[in-house]
Amino acid sequence: MAATVIVIGAGPAGVRAAQALVEAGLRPVVIDESRRDGGQIYRRQPEGFTRTYDTLYGTEAQRARALHEAFDALRPHIDHMPDTLVWNVAPNAVHVVSGTHHRELAFDALIICSGAADRVMPVPGWHHAGTYSLGGAQVALKSQGCAIGSRVVMMGTGPLLYLVAAQYVKAGATVSAVLDTSTFAQRLRALPQLLAIPSTLKKGIALMGILKDARVPIHRGITPVEVRGTPERGVQAVRVTLADGAMLEVECDAVALGYHLRSETQLADLAGCEFRFDHALQQWLPVADEDGRSNVRGVYLAGDGARVRGADAAERAGRLAALAAIKDIGMTCNEDDANKLRTQLSRFTRFAAGLRTAFPWPARFAATLPDETIVCRCEAVTAGELRRVVNDMGAKEANRAKAFSRVGMGRCQGRFCAHAGAEVIAAQARVPLEAVGRLRGQAPVKPLPMALAPHEDMETSE
Amino acid sequence: MSGRFVRVAEKERRTFGIVIDGRRALASEGDTLMVALLTSQEDLRDSEFGDGRRAGFCVMGACQDCWVWTEAGERVRACTTPAVEGMSIVTRLSQAEEGVWPRL
Repeated sequence: MAATVIVIGAGPAGVRAAQALVEAGLRPVVIDESRRDGGQIYRRQPEGFTRTYDTLYGTEAQRARALHEAFDALRPHIDHMPDTLVWNVAPNAVHVVSGTHHRELAFDALIICSGAADRVMPVPGWHHAGTYSLGGAQVALKSQGCAIGSRVVMMGTGPLLYLVAAQYVKAGATVSAVLDTSTFAQRLRALPQLLAIPSTLKKGIALMGILKDARVPIHRGITPVEVRGTPERGVQAVRVTLADGAMLEVECDAVALGYHLRSETQLADLAGCEFRFDHALQQWLPVADEDGRSNVRGVYLAGDGARVRGADAAERAGRLAALAAIKDIGMTCNEDDANKLRTQLSRFTRFAAGLRTAFPWPARFAATLPDETIVCRCEAVTAGELRRVVNDMGAKEANRAKAFSRVGMGRCQGRFCAHAGAEVIAAQARVPLEAVGRLRGQAPVKPLPMALAPHEDMETSE
Repeated sequence: MSGRFVRVAEKERRTFGIVIDGRRALASEGDTLMVALLTSQEDLRDSEFGDGRRAGFCVMGACQDCWVWTEAGERVRACTTPAVEGMSIVTRLSQAEEGVWPRL
């Protein structure tokens, strides 16, 4: 019997992984949380929407179209499970839920392409209604044709900051300011690495031109002070300190916030993958070899969920991980193809390092967050409370601090507070970030409805 | 009440009626519940921890900050749930009729 390979995620990595598996004569199962393929970056708009590829994806229109067409061609040769959440990974089986139906699916090989979401640093007032992640602001526009407000401030750092701002401007939305915590000098320092992919660098520079033409105020080297607002009405303004020390307040009704991306690693964790602290990224990541093999036999990791290198890299990493799985199953794979992918990926790895230099994670802000700042939005736990459990309870490790403070225990399960929370703990305990450790993954990886029924396949087989 | 989200494209779609906290509102075909709600009003729910109204955060099903309730007491994640004609949604639980009993 042919091997069962499950691919989690139908973004750039997942689609290319599935394609390589089909080419090898396998019929993979592709499980995706979304209703439609494309992942976040190449997210498809709902049926009946009329915007063109050029309007939706700009310079990436051809790539988006190619990925969607590749997936459409795969449909007859795969088992696609949209609107389906993998909520747990057991040895050689995943547990999934779709609507209110659950089932278990066995696998011989599992390729996890779980993608990434915004890496966030809190700022006083970010709990006010109208503060969104940068990625969220982009999804609202791309997938729903909406701006998150009538006057939007984009704040943080990373390529997404300028991309989303430019996309909003082109769509006719009002961007009141782009406030970047990184500096021009940092960008210059990154130039040699960014030249690894000159075409992408050029696209980034073109975004600046769009913002300049639209006369969007851009400030670099800023320090966020506050998202000013009220509990009832939400966001009203953003206050920052400029590079020269002057205070700036920009009136707005929405803020998009983000500091580049963070891999979604919960499923790799539940699969039992080993994690290591990555000093360059200042975060814990699952260990994988060049081709995406984790330390767990039969489990492969690809795309931004394994390591943030962007969509182009994800397409290649997805294919490469599938080739590794094919080879490990005992089938033949094209070594020339794999070699070519490895060479290409090394350029993306260099470029990604350049992005980290150009748009660094502002770890230093964690130490100076005022005590009353909410760190955990889910349960409104403040920086002061987190510092208290470090001081009074001696909780210098992430899981212990979570148990005492509840930071990371809420409904997002630490996705948007764990990184900053760890920085707050490290600064308060005066220990390196690595020593704080990481929050253990917990099943279910997202909240499930209490009333679940077995899928009909399970009812008949049991 | 005016909305928080601003429609900047795809404005020619068929519209249909939904009910928000007992009040009639219009949604467009293809809207997520989040968009249908936030183009009619400024927020989605009360924070259970007393820090005010919330209107979602990640818009991609990861943060769970956009949970709302149907009139039958079913919890739905507004950013990943399609808006459907005739839906009746509760965004202010404290003001809802006694019949709305939130289920987890």
